[in-house]
Amino acid sequence: MTADPAAPAADPGETVADPGEIVAELDNLRVWFPAPGGAAVRAVDGVSLGIRRGETLGLVGESGSGKSTTGLALLRLVDATCGSVRVGGRDVTWWSRRQLRGLRRRVAMVFQDPQASLDPRRTIGASVAEPLVVHRLVDSADARRRRVAELLEMVGLRADLADRHPHELSGGQRQRVGIARALAGEPDLIVLDEPIASLDLSVQAQIMNLLRGLQRDLGLTYLFIAHDLAAVEHMSDRVAVMYLGRIVETGTPEQLYGQPAHPYTAALLSAIPVADPKVERHRRRIILSGDIPSPVDPPSGCRFRTRCPQARPDCAEVDPVLVEVAAGQWAACRYAGEAVRAMRAGTVGEETVH
Amino acid sequence: MSGHPDGTLRRALSALRHDPPAVAGTAVLLLLLVVGVAGRWLAPDGVNDVDVDGILRPPSLDHLFGTDELGRDVLSRVLVAARVSLEVGLVSVGIALLVGVTVGLLAGWYRGWVDNVLMRGMDVLFAFPVLLLAVAIVAVLGPGLLTAMVAIGVVYTPIFARVTRAGVLSVREQVFVRAAVSIGASDARIIRRHVLPNIAAPLIVQTSLSLAFAILSEAALSFLGLGIQPPDPAWGRMLYDGRGFVTEAWWLGVFPGAAIFLTVLAFNLVGDALRDVLDPRQLTVGEARRSRR
Repeated sequence: MTADPAAPAADPGETVADPGEIVAELDNLRVWFPAPGGAAVRAVDGVSLGIRRGETLGLVGESGSGKSTTGLALLRLVDATCGSVRVGGRDVTWWSRRQLRGLRRRVAMVFQDPQASLDPRRTIGASVAEPLVVHRLVDSADARRRRVAELLEMVGLRADLADRHPHELSGGQRQRVGIARALAGEPDLIVLDEPIASLDLSVQAQIMNLLRGLQRDLGLTYLFIAHDLAAVEHMSDRVAVMYLGRIVETGTPEQLYGQPAHPYTAALLSAIPVADPKVERHRRRIILSGDIPSPVDPPSGCRFRTRCPQARPDCAEVDPVLVEVAAGQWAACRYAGEAVRAMRAGTVGEETVH
Repeated sequence: MSGHPDGTLRRALSALRHDPPAVAGTAVLLLLLVVGVAGRWLAPDGVNDVDVDGILRPPSLDHLFGTDELGRDVLSRVLVAARVSLEVGLVSVGIALLVGVTVGLLAGWYRGWVDNVLMRGMDVLFAFPVLLLAVAIVAVLGPGLLTAMVAIGVVYTPIFARVTRAGVLSVREQVFVRAAVSIGASDARIIRRHVLPNIAAPLIVQTSLSLAFAILSEAALSFLGLGIQPPDPAWGRMLYDGRGFVTEAWWLGVFPGAAIFLTVLAFNLVGDALRDVLDPRQLTVGEARRSRR
């Protein structure tokens, strides 16, 4: 496919570091939805990323940054406008509906709201067994029951919950069911779309620990989508930060949380409260003004410039590409590093800036 | 839609037991079913046993519901006619259910031009007053029991199509449908396993209410002479025949009229209670009704 000149170079994060097997890969993916008036909502607008076997790639961003759409694209639950989706080394971008059924065994999804994602009329057992039935993974009702029991126990639920209905379970239990269902087809990749966002705080930690334990035991690969930066840091081997349909920075959690190179990453991090009230009181926060701009008509040049405390005049002219700022850390900012240092030093505007 | 393996229906039925109107409605319907099946044997006299010496007799121990202008036993005719009403109700609503649900599923699931073509067709049918359309269809096909059933079935099809389509449109947007797509389930499976069970409640309610209306429509068609043909008894036909004797023989109209009234009322009571109870999250009719307010 012809690359858009404004798009970031293909696959920046993958050229360095250890060359693990790539389970799934997006190349310059665009997902545009039709909007009233003939315009297009550019939900995802040139995203390239690769996910290696056995790792957790964290995908963070505000609402409307396109992170969930990116996850949906990996299962072809939304269609690419251009660019490509590769799973297991095969280009699935234009696969037919028949072929997609196979893809959807290899890539599974856990949804944000476990209440909404389980059919209220079906038992827990029927929901967990559905992938087994759809992909003909069991040959008898007995084998199916045994496998469902095994899956429920894997996610820490009693096997006798199989006869219950979703409304009889707690939120945390329901999300465990969602995870068991995702595990049923033994997928190569599990897309976790804000799996803890709708749960109580105490339950969030349990679910995260469950996910990490399962990954360790089964060698699972995750795309962990969240807006909670602390959770992403806890879960991920690598993190990609999305803003308005683009990846603006990617690297290891240590790199991003220690030395962010993109002003947006720095602003997101400064929004995490610190548990120590003394530190919290004197901490310099970078407060972004306004909302994320409309993805129908993104700003010219750098998309973040309208909210960037360090925006310079020429940021409006050139769309920045991802450049490597440290080994394995890439940022799409022409003033990468420099801008963040200036922000943290407070040379331009303190506290509220704009 | 039949058979909820999850026991939702069983739970709903047990909740119905604690709702007096629903119990009364169910009792009447069961009675109707017995009479419908065994009416011919329960009837004290033959339906067409004419007794020229005993015409227009008021209710007595000999003839509990009296006799008509030909001396026929009204009770026997009312009992035997129950079968006609039941048959017409079940067959015509069966036709409407089958065609309407299929149309609604296709329209709601595939949308686009399929939706437009099918639902505009339904709108055309829906635009006519029920009886006018039924009369027109019978006029084309010729009067008789079978054509009455077909006509009533056609007339009630758009309601089922609309109820189904509306349900499909809301269910297809649910996350659990997307979740089913995400695991690779086929359209047929999603419609059968996820969409239909989740729209079954309004359909069951609509079915019970439509049975009442279908029986009423059959009575109306028979009253107009377009349904079952004499001398076979039908409640509507008996009402028609009795209208000339309203002043001197009230029993000719009152008993078939009461049969229609009770049947329609019973279907409505049961349908209404089912509407409240067919929600897996509710336990009793009372709870359901309180939470609806």
